[in-house]
Amino acid sequence: MPIDASLVGRGFPPTQPYPVTTDAVVAFATSVGGSYDVAAGLPPTFPIVVTFAALQDFLATEQVELSRIVHGDQRFRYERPVVIGDVLTTALTVTGVRTIGGNDIVSTSSEILDASGSLVCTATATLVHRGDAA
Amino acid sequence: MSAISELTKGDALPEITFEITRADLVAYAAASGDQNPIHQDEEIALAVGLPGVIAHGMYTLALVGRALGEWAPGAEVVELGSKFVAPVVVPATGAARVTVTGTVGERTDDLLALALVVTSDGTKVLGAPRATIRG
Repeated sequence: MPIDASLVGRGFPPTQPYPVTTDAVVAFATSVGGSYDVAAGLPPTFPIVVTFAALQDFLATEQVELSRIVHGDQRFRYERPVVIGDVLTTALTVTGVRTIGGNDIVSTSSEILDASGSLVCTATATLVHRGDAA
Repeated sequence: MSAISELTKGDALPEITFEITRADLVAYAAASGDQNPIHQDEEIALAVGLPGVIAHGMYTLALVGRALGEWAPGAEVVELGSKFVAPVVVPATGAARVTVTGTVGERTDDLLALALVVTSDGTKVLGAPRATIRG
């Protein structure tokens, strides 16, 4: 189904609280060929784990197939580094929808909050929903 | 003196090349939660019009994160982002190669901007990749 402009401004419910564990961070770091070093901190793209969960909730609500989505852009702006033991949630807001060449381009913003509700990181992303090949 | 404070505007950041295999994408899918089949299943990737199994854009951006750790060990990353402008096609056997390099930009107080160039097979795969680190 197409994603339409009526979604703009819509906020989606917050994700389930995500506890950041050493095991999850080690698995993430090693999967990209690196390692987790306590002194160096978490991989800077680790918060994608939380925003991806929000994206999946959004796609399920809108009945969009994940295989039709490619990532257009992604940006993280951190208020502070994520640390082991953080419990993070986020809620996705659709900030724009436009259609180019049969693809719907969906802009989103997600504020990642810690257990106290303080902002840890703002993630903005553009998702490209690929239309059916003509 | 930290490595970061030695970085000066205009400095070239040494080129680092990473390899990505299909097995890496399977591991990353599990670790990140992104089980989009276009990153694992050739048939599905082709069916939706892609040139083959492609790396998660976030995999490539994670490699930029690794490069930051090599260039400025222990630096706090306060901003990181890019556009995903071309797919990194990962072959069934062997590996795709991604090269990360860049230039040191402006320093504002304790923040240092880095402008990056990320290519695979000579093609830019990230658009305007930028990072800001503290140090």
